[in-house]
Amino acid sequence: MTNPRQSRGKTELSFTVNSERKQVRAFPMERLLDVLRLELGMTGTKEGCGEGECGSCSVLMDGALVNSCLIPVLQAAGTNIVTIEGLASGNHLHPLQEAFLECGGAQCGICTPGMILAAHHLLKKNPAPTMEEIREGLSGNLCRCTGYSQILEAVVRAAHPGTSA
Amino acid sequence: MNLPVGNMLPTQSIDGCHNLFLSSFHAIGTKSVIHYPIARSRPLASRSSLCSAERTNMKTDRIVGKSVPRKEGRDKVTGRSGYVDDMVLPNMLFGATVRSQVPRGRIRNITFGPGIAWDEFVIVSAKDIPGKNCISLIGDDQPCLASELVNHPEEPILLLAHPDRHLLPQAVKAVSIEYDPLPAIFTMEESERGSEIIWGNDNIFKTYLIEKGNLDAVWDQADYIVEGEYSTGAQEQLYIENNGMIAAFDAAQGITVWGSLQCPYYIHKALMALCDLPAEKVRVVQMETGGAFGGKEEYPSMIAAHAALLAMKAGKPVKIVYDRMEDMAATTKRHPSRTRHRTAVSREGKVLGGEIDFTIDGGAYLTLSPVVLSRGAIHAGGLYYWPSVRIRAKAVATNAPPHGAFRGFGAPQSLFAMERHMDRIAQTVGLAPGEIRRRNFLQPGQATTTEQVVREPIDLGKLLNRALEISGYHSKKKNFVKHNQGGASRKGMGIAAFLHGAGFTGSGERYLSSVVGVEGCADGRVRVLVSSTEFGQGTKTVLSQIAAQALGLPYENVTTAQPDTLEVPNSGPTVASRTAMVVGKLVESAARGIAQTLISSGLLGADYSADEFRTACRQYVATRGQFRCWSRYDPPSDIFWDDQAYRGEAYAAFAWAVYIAEVTVDPTTYSVSVDDFVALQEVGKVLHPLLARGQIIGGIAQGIGFSLYEKVIWQNGRMQNGQMTNYIMPTSSDVPPIRVFFEELGNVHGAYGAKGIGELPMDGPAPAIVNAVVDALGIPFDSIPLLPEDIMDGLAASMQESGAISGVGGR
Repeated sequence: MTNPRQSRGKTELSFTVNSERKQVRAFPMERLLDVLRLELGMTGTKEGCGEGECGSCSVLMDGALVNSCLIPVLQAAGTNIVTIEGLASGNHLHPLQEAFLECGGAQCGICTPGMILAAHHLLKKNPAPTMEEIREGLSGNLCRCTGYSQILEAVVRAAHPGTSA
Repeated sequence: MNLPVGNMLPTQSIDGCHNLFLSSFHAIGTKSVIHYPIARSRPLASRSSLCSAERTNMKTDRIVGKSVPRKEGRDKVTGRSGYVDDMVLPNMLFGATVRSQVPRGRIRNITFGPGIAWDEFVIVSAKDIPGKNCISLIGDDQPCLASELVNHPEEPILLLAHPDRHLLPQAVKAVSIEYDPLPAIFTMEESERGSEIIWGNDNIFKTYLIEKGNLDAVWDQADYIVEGEYSTGAQEQLYIENNGMIAAFDAAQGITVWGSLQCPYYIHKALMALCDLPAEKVRVVQMETGGAFGGKEEYPSMIAAHAALLAMKAGKPVKIVYDRMEDMAATTKRHPSRTRHRTAVSREGKVLGGEIDFTIDGGAYLTLSPVVLSRGAIHAGGLYYWPSVRIRAKAVATNAPPHGAFRGFGAPQSLFAMERHMDRIAQTVGLAPGEIRRRNFLQPGQATTTEQVVREPIDLGKLLNRALEISGYHSKKKNFVKHNQGGASRKGMGIAAFLHGAGFTGSGERYLSSVVGVEGCADGRVRVLVSSTEFGQGTKTVLSQIAAQALGLPYENVTTAQPDTLEVPNSGPTVASRTAMVVGKLVESAARGIAQTLISSGLLGADYSADEFRTACRQYVATRGQFRCWSRYDPPSDIFWDDQAYRGEAYAAFAWAVYIAEVTVDPTTYSVSVDDFVALQEVGKVLHPLLARGQIIGGIAQGIGFSLYEKVIWQNGRMQNGQMTNYIMPTSSDVPPIRVFFEELGNVHGAYGAKGIGELPMDGPAPAIVNAVVDALGIPFDSIPLLPEDIMDGLAASMQESGAISGVGGR
């Protein structure tokens, strides 16, 4: 991994996180993941593998689902980012968060923020996905606890409120 | 009997009238705390006078058996849960580990290379260890930091800390260590040959011998003698949260560590020995833990030790969080195994007796290998009746990082062998896989390989019938015969029938002597105090349910404290499927102590409401101070275990299961897809259906990985594929619909009839899936993981062989 200290000095950049404008001073090659967690104290975004394989650090960047461990923060300048902290409004959980609770979609919880964002992204693109489309849509997010079934059921429930998965 | 717990509760005295050991509640008319001598057919609610709260307060719905909301669920779905890497302390440094690059050798010289401002770094070597240089667990053979000899790749040698974590990787690289290399061994066979002795006098960590009946007499009576050799590979736990610890040191308070961990008191013990500190100067706090599966049972003691040493030397807090490659390469994995079966079978398909040789590769140090070996050996005969048997089990040393705990703990290895072997016996005798099992199932009244008599009314034949029916086994088998003649793909069905013992083996629970507490708080709510940890399975939820049920209170009025050794007693490690059954039973008992105390103090009537309880509890605390009841495990008097002969009641309860897998093998890519999976199990009372189902499905997914995907590639004792890109675990596209069914027989030893559940689902998938692949292709596979290339090789070998045979036969 590049040592950001060896690259040029820190630079000022700004982006929007969960509808709030954020200004940070960061090394341009610093990972968006680290800037979110360390500079902005938003620790809901998790690191699992650091190489874009597990999806725990998933966030939305201008509507696209990205692994924030692979995004140099410079690339995020001027974008609109959504993290897990941005889904609930106040005490009111997002329907996906409710569904994950009801269906047992979170066990240890470490993949959950990324998984919920991946599901959110999927449902924005495809509000009524089939089970196969959900499996495919979440296949970039690894979960070691659940065996996925209860996650898939949560997504079905969020997509079709009132139905049982 | 009043038991001192001073060594477990460093800062709390439990004397005085407000801390009540439940042992003082012998008024309930039992000799033991946990074991109620009550007929198992009667509902638990009527078992003792302490149940009055539960019995009479009908306003509270039954909580046990309902899928109540997870205690920590909301924080988990909102990203608010605090894992160790989310925690930052003022002036905190970051730590890194310099590890051995060779499998075995003598350290000759350590050089700190140029280009690094070494004076900015805190550097710790074995010389800085105040106490004993070992990670104290079963044995003291594993050093915390190697000082002279290294015995495996990735063995820790030096520790570095710096305020800027970006500088650490380069600094680690700049340390060069020269070794005088020593010959190393990497396989169980090399270890057994003993050409190079790397541990003790003979490379053997532990052996067990389990003997029953007169085996020597059976071979002459046998119509068939069936032999087979089976092997399983190492498996990485692959929790998504890497291991991590933060340590802080203060001369007055001692050392405190916060981390991702399963067993706070294992770490507590290890740090006391390492830092030469008394119990009250070591504090261990569990952070939210992002998966563990056994992988955070013993190695966190090592990381806590490292962070503690750096923090002591630096005088500042130090955080060590592994990245994925370090976690995969350096920490424990499932023990690789080899099992040899030789079985005497009658013409009718009855097992007359057999020899089972079970060997596991323990890696370079003892760690938990003796215990893993024990569980593997006891489960090696499966759920069958063996009139006579000889099980020889052995854990051997190799120059690989120590292998350790992983869900199932030896049983998935030996049960894979047993269940593959059962299909081989079926084929030899000419019976269907279901039928051979049915003819050999243990019946109530019969004894297991360790002479444990099955006392519960389990009907395994019925369990099998139900699983066969749900899976549509017979009709599918018929269709697949036709399908497989067609040519496009090959389909097969596989069965695994198995059991899993809940709780520590044999005398284990007696030695652990776990203690739990339940506190009546100043606000009138109730708090469960245990060192049992939550890492996804729902510990806090289930223990709160049990306490609420025992007290007749709403679930919302009960919480479970975050494990912190300053605050909670030692309820034992969170392992061995023991939390719901053993710890849960103690929680039930301590909770009843709270109600009983309030009632006998006159603050509460026997028939109370939740509001009345709250008021009484508040009053009690206001007038008398801290209000806690304790309950200590007291072994049931009718459980007998002989550690020398390895004979007796191995487990207080077994969970039983039949799993059936349906697979398709693609003849072009040789890949296997699992199309349907039926998991039927008897686990006693299901305390929380949603969590229980989640445990089963999650375990099966790990079992699918164990069977078909997860291969650790070794080179000279080092893992070569320590990344998620090249060590492949199942994704949402790989896991089939898993259909989960429960039978509930109940269990006298567990809370509200619960048995253990966590490990069971790891045992069955591998044999069921491989049996299904064998069924599809008609050629045997006896090794896992079974990758497409193995299937390709197996088919090629079989074609060659049949070519040779047809040459001879002239057909």
